[in-house]
Amino acid sequence: MSVATVYRSGLRAGRDGFAQLVRAEWTKFRTVRGWVIAMTAASLIIVALGLSYASGNRSTCGQGPVEVACPAPPVGPDGEAVTDGFFFVHRPLPAEGGITVRLTSLTGIITYPPPDHDKIVPGLVPWAKAGIIVKENTRPGSAYAALMVTAGHGVRMQYDYTHDIAGRPGRVSAASPRWLRLTRTGDTLTGYESADGRQWAKVGTARLDGLAATVRIGFFVTSPSDLTVKRSDLGGTIEQARFTQATGVFDHVSVQGTAPGEWSGGNVGNAGTTDWERHHQATGVQESGGTFTVTGHGDIAPQTDGQPIERPLTGVLIGLIVMVVVAVTSMTAEYRRGLIRTTLLADPRRGRTLAAKAVVIGAVSFAAGLAAAAVAVLAGRPILQANGNYVLPVSTFTEVRVIAGTGVLAALAAVFALALGTLFRRAVAAVITAIALIVVPYILATASVLPDGAAQWLLRLTPAAGFAIQQSIPEYAHVLGHYVPAAGYFPLAPWAGLAVLSAYTALALGLAVVLLRRRDG
Amino acid sequence: MKRELHAEWTKLRTMSGSGRLPLAAVLTVVLTVALSAAASAAVTCPAIGCDQDPVRLSLTGVHLGQAAVAMLAVLAIGGEYGTGMIRTTFTAMPRRAVALSAKAAVLAGGTLAVGTVAVLGSVLAGRLILPGGGFVPAHGFPPLSPADGPTLRAALGSVLYLVLVALLSLGVAAAVRDAAAAIGTVLGLLYVFPLVILMVSDPAWQLRLWQVSPLNAGLAIQSTTPLPLSPGAGLAVVAAWAAAALLTGGLLLRLRDA
Repeated sequence: MSVATVYRSGLRAGRDGFAQLVRAEWTKFRTVRGWVIAMTAASLIIVALGLSYASGNRSTCGQGPVEVACPAPPVGPDGEAVTDGFFFVHRPLPAEGGITVRLTSLTGIITYPPPDHDKIVPGLVPWAKAGIIVKENTRPGSAYAALMVTAGHGVRMQYDYTHDIAGRPGRVSAASPRWLRLTRTGDTLTGYESADGRQWAKVGTARLDGLAATVRIGFFVTSPSDLTVKRSDLGGTIEQARFTQATGVFDHVSVQGTAPGEWSGGNVGNAGTTDWERHHQATGVQESGGTFTVTGHGDIAPQTDGQPIERPLTGVLIGLIVMVVVAVTSMTAEYRRGLIRTTLLADPRRGRTLAAKAVVIGAVSFAAGLAAAAVAVLAGRPILQANGNYVLPVSTFTEVRVIAGTGVLAALAAVFALALGTLFRRAVAAVITAIALIVVPYILATASVLPDGAAQWLLRLTPAAGFAIQQSIPEYAHVLGHYVPAAGYFPLAPWAGLAVLSAYTALALGLAVVLLRRRDG
Repeated sequence: MKRELHAEWTKLRTMSGSGRLPLAAVLTVVLTVALSAAASAAVTCPAIGCDQDPVRLSLTGVHLGQAAVAMLAVLAIGGEYGTGMIRTTFTAMPRRAVALSAKAAVLAGGTLAVGTVAVLGSVLAGRLILPGGGFVPAHGFPPLSPADGPTLRAALGSVLYLVLVALLSLGVAAAVRDAAAAIGTVLGLLYVFPLVILMVSDPAWQLRLWQVSPLNAGLAIQSTTPLPLSPGAGLAVVAAWAAAALLTGGLLLRLRDA
């Protein structure tokens, strides 16, 4: 009977931590010339498309016969672009105080509405508004708080352009007037409404930090443009804004506190006049026996016309296709060449091996996406501006979110593709699945015949929801707009959209680990 | 040529044992009909004069089905490069052009059959689903019927479009030789043009890009309303892409000897 001696190598065992695994995978990645070239190409494609978009987009405004640069819109207290146009009847308020009015009528006209676009009809757009306002000064873009009655959304309290609080619903008429009261105490403004001038209900309060000591107090009327959206034959939509005008009748106007001087009226922010204003009804105020009839047009709201900073990032989609191909191949090539045996022999823990691969491909894609997005956004903006485009300003945080988010988007897409490559073990099936889930929904949602509702569902349910991280301008419920994916508005909030993509990636990666263990390779 | 055709048909039918042809065929039909049905169900037409084209709507699924067709076509030659089968193929059929033509012919025939099923399924789904969303004769929309001239043209054109996509994919795969890179290139070519068109603000450039985009120009055949390109000219654009890809693929095959 012989005794078997177990062979023990005299060599010291190498370290087998996760860092070594990642290093091994990184070596595999960086030594395949095609993958490195493809990743670099993906970055360059994103940058090249972004910059060519920026340099190809010119914008000018007609001023009589000559084309001039478009005037930049005013900027609100929070740094966002705003539209600030209304007819304002005001007086200075040097201290604390308030204003009370009764609104008995809100009427107006809409020019050339659908279906025939052939006449000017009486009517109001839903966000036509009349009410009382405390505003820092008459400069467009200054801080304000206002209490108003709208045509289609009842009483609202709005302040500093982006904030909107709902009050009692319903329309105003002589039979059902609205009493409005707005009071100022320091930086705090409080709005009240009443049906009879005796029973008051609070609508909301606003804090306007750093409001000047002397402000303007008064009443206003304005009416935003009507919007018609037409489907374009070439994909996408054509939006058309049409002039509207509103007239409000105020009485029982009283000012609480000391507000010296007389009422004076003037347009805030509106330049130019339309034929309607010249020949039929001018903006302005008429007083008779304490009743003020005020006519105005425009809006006091955030402005969404212009180029959002993420517009030069549309090329990311093409870059993602390249990254998906690389990520899938980095896994399927191992199966094709049999390298997977060596890989799993070197470290038999399937989950860790796949995790190391995911770390490497994720990090590479993140770096490629981040660098490309940073160049496209930061270099794209001055080019857009030089061509006369107005780039909508956003906070630094939003800018970082858009750029870094694009990197994360690329990383998640690549890891998702890697997991699919592991699941299918075949490159073509994995690439098709990844592209069909990430890229195709986005294209169907933005550039196809799908209706807006279906497009929004696609971007809620599929991994393409992750593109929401690139949206820099939010949707404003109190501004009429064409908020659809084709115009860059996603149905999910930026982080929620990214979370959907993350969930898909985690699910695919989890399945891949399970399958890798069960199949043993 | 007959022998080559027979060989290619056998390969396509039996490729890698598990039978990817049935899989791709089923995928094409399922994806196309499913998306078409979903689009038909999602769109409603509440009154007369709604701005919709029911024929085009019921054929939306071609947007997705073409991916499965591209997969089949890319695998037909890319798969051979992956497994080394290409050596056997060219040993048995040394005339590169003939071998590629045989592949193209077999692939076109297969896609024609699968595409017809997928497109007819979509039209049928549209016929059944669309009236529920308000596409009724009272709103000016008679039920979809292949007997109707424009509907027939849209349906036939969609099948032809799928065939051309298959040929385009085959050409690209022959040129690139790597299945994954080939499918990425084809899908990029198909899906990216519509987006770039949205990015461009200059209408002249938009129109130019639209006219050369295989997806946009090709699917003009589905529209029953006038578009910048006539339906035939649109298909001709895709045909030109397919011819260019096949020619490039064929030339590279000859030059590189594989």
